Amino acid sequence: MSGNVQILMGNHAAAEGALAAGCTFYAGYPITPSSEILERLAEKLPAAGGAFIQMEDELASISALVGAAWAGAKSMTATSGPGLSLMMEGLGYAAITETPCVIVDIQRAGPATGQATRVASGDIIQVRYGSHGDYCPIALSPWSVQEMYDLTIRAFNLAERYRVPAFVMSDESVGHLRESVRLHRDFEIVERNRDIKKPPFGTDAPDGVPPMPAFGDGANLLVTGSTHDEWGYRRVDHPDQHTRLVGRINKKILDHADDIVEVDARFLDDAEVAVVAYGFTGRSALAAVKRLRKEGVRAGLLRLITLWPFPEKEIRALDGQVEKIVVPEMNRGQVAGLVRQHVRGDVVSLCQTNGEAIEPVAIVDKVQEVLA
Amino acid sequence: MTRAMEHWLRTEHTAFCSGCGHGILLGCVIRAVDELEIDRKNLLFVSGIGCAAWIPSPNIQADTLHTLHGRAVAYATGAKLANPRLTVIVVSGDGDLSSIGGNHLIHAARRNIDLTVVCGNNQIYGMTGGQTAPSTPVGARTATDPQGNVYRPFDLCAVVRAAGAPYAARWPVTRPMSLIDSIKKAVKTDGFGFVEAISPCPTQFGRRNRLDDLTKLYDHLVGLCVTREEAKKMKPEQLWERFVIGEYHD
Ligand code: SF4
Repeated sequence: MSGNVQILMGNHAAAEGALAAGCTFYAGYPITPSSEILERLAEKLPAAGGAFIQMEDELASISALVGAAWAGAKSMTATSGPGLSLMMEGLGYAAITETPCVIVDIQRAGPATGQATRVASGDIIQVRYGSHGDYCPIALSPWSVQEMYDLTIRAFNLAERYRVPAFVMSDESVGHLRESVRLHRDFEIVERNRDIKKPPFGTDAPDGVPPMPAFGDGANLLVTGSTHDEWGYRRVDHPDQHTRLVGRINKKILDHADDIVEVDARFLDDAEVAVVAYGFTGRSALAAVKRLRKEGVRAGLLRLITLWPFPEKEIRALDGQVEKIVVPEMNRGQVAGLVRQHVRGDVVSLCQTNGEAIEPVAIVDKVQEVLA
Repeated sequence: MTRAMEHWLRTEHTAFCSGCGHGILLGCVIRAVDELEIDRKNLLFVSGIGCAAWIPSPNIQADTLHTLHGRAVAYATGAKLANPRLTVIVVSGDGDLSSIGGNHLIHAARRNIDLTVVCGNNQIYGMTGGQTAPSTPVGARTATDPQGNVYRPFDLCAVVRAAGAPYAARWPVTRPMSLIDSIKKAVKTDGFGFVEAISPCPTQFGRRNRLDDLTKLYDHLVGLCVTREEAKKMKPEQLWERFVIGEYHD
């Protein structure tokens, strides 16, 4: 174990993770409760040799991110609900042009301006389906300051590995949490394949990920958000080209679910009831499971570290093993609905949309009610 | 297009309607970069959505980034900051740059990052079927103003100058030498350079304004051009139907 241990705010740990992962470009717009990431990188990124810019809005931020990525940078932005909604446009562009970039979303209570300083996890479905058309981003969900650091690094690596936008789906509670974090270097850094001889938008390779040269590499790149062939020429009326492109950009992620999906399973071996949780709620869920165990209830926890691609296999494994599944979350049941698609058994949703984190006792009570 | 310029093109023909001014503008852009002897490897063209956005993409043989509607300048800002060695030229339309993309345009001018923006101003939304743009002259008929536009258009050179651009110029495509010269100056400007090309659109603008005949359309637009000197003697309202041509710089 290397790296110094510090007490940091979650948002600052995400900024440190970005620096550790080799981020060289940040564009952002101030928005509560994510602005500490913007501010920390404004201070530290130029000193590390990268470029920082505060853009005029979030439409511009994500656009600049993609422009910078094609100029060879590892790029990141951070935002929250209203900004994320604006970024849906640029997200689709990043997806169809297969542009690696990292978006940290510090979720707050919505819809609209909602409660800017209060916690929620209402953006889970939005990042997957909020931009028009079919695409498949990667989304990771940290529950601690350590994971803000670790998963930001992982998001950069996955974005580069699969040429895809990757989200760190955090929330106000984790973003503003202060706890110790080890700023280690125990990881590898994935670098882009910049081969200019092979087509940048199509490949027969089984992984479905073509090389991505940068502007200035001499590739005479043709990058477009319109449907294109493997060299980037617009093909806006070819059914086959559209089928092939949309199919590949989704398949290259879904086919690698085993590599991308990460879960944290605790006390599940003999469990009769499973709590499925993510983000800050995962902490309350673990506390609840431990309390239930003390009371003799065989409860277990499946914490989803990866949200997209959705951990279908891991959820399916619960079916038949546990009698009931309880899904506590700070929205109206976004992940509970997904869980229901993959199991036949009872899935009980514990929704809380009051701008406050879910207390362990609420989960304990719900589990007991479900088992009664 | 003389054969000497063909090495700048990767397509054999453009998608523009016959008589469209954008083909002339394409010729001006590549002649400007050719005369400047810019290292092609480090030359990037960025465009948004619309007919003018197709001037560089896919026609020009260099790196091209064909982006979302209105966002070209924001993408260009990211690319330039990430790799300052790049010469970044945005080529896009009036609706793209000044309506949906207006905010990005004024902020790029304010920041004065070293970008060049070439605006192909056809005074209408060509690709979507001839709707009113923020640059449509007062009185001109469009698909959304069949009785004639009543709102005054942007003076885009004045807008970017007010926002801080050190160089701006406006010429009709009937003055290619002036356009080439201004594009070169804008590229050489250390900061934000802006060139607006008045570019006739026979298909959408001409057809709706009884200017079906190509010669008539070109004559009409040339007739609306006034020099900065002439403009000084005119009332502001008179300029809402005209194009003030010339250069603006410190
Ligand atoms: S619609 Fe108008 S601007 Fe577009 S290509 Fe045709 S003539 Fe040119």
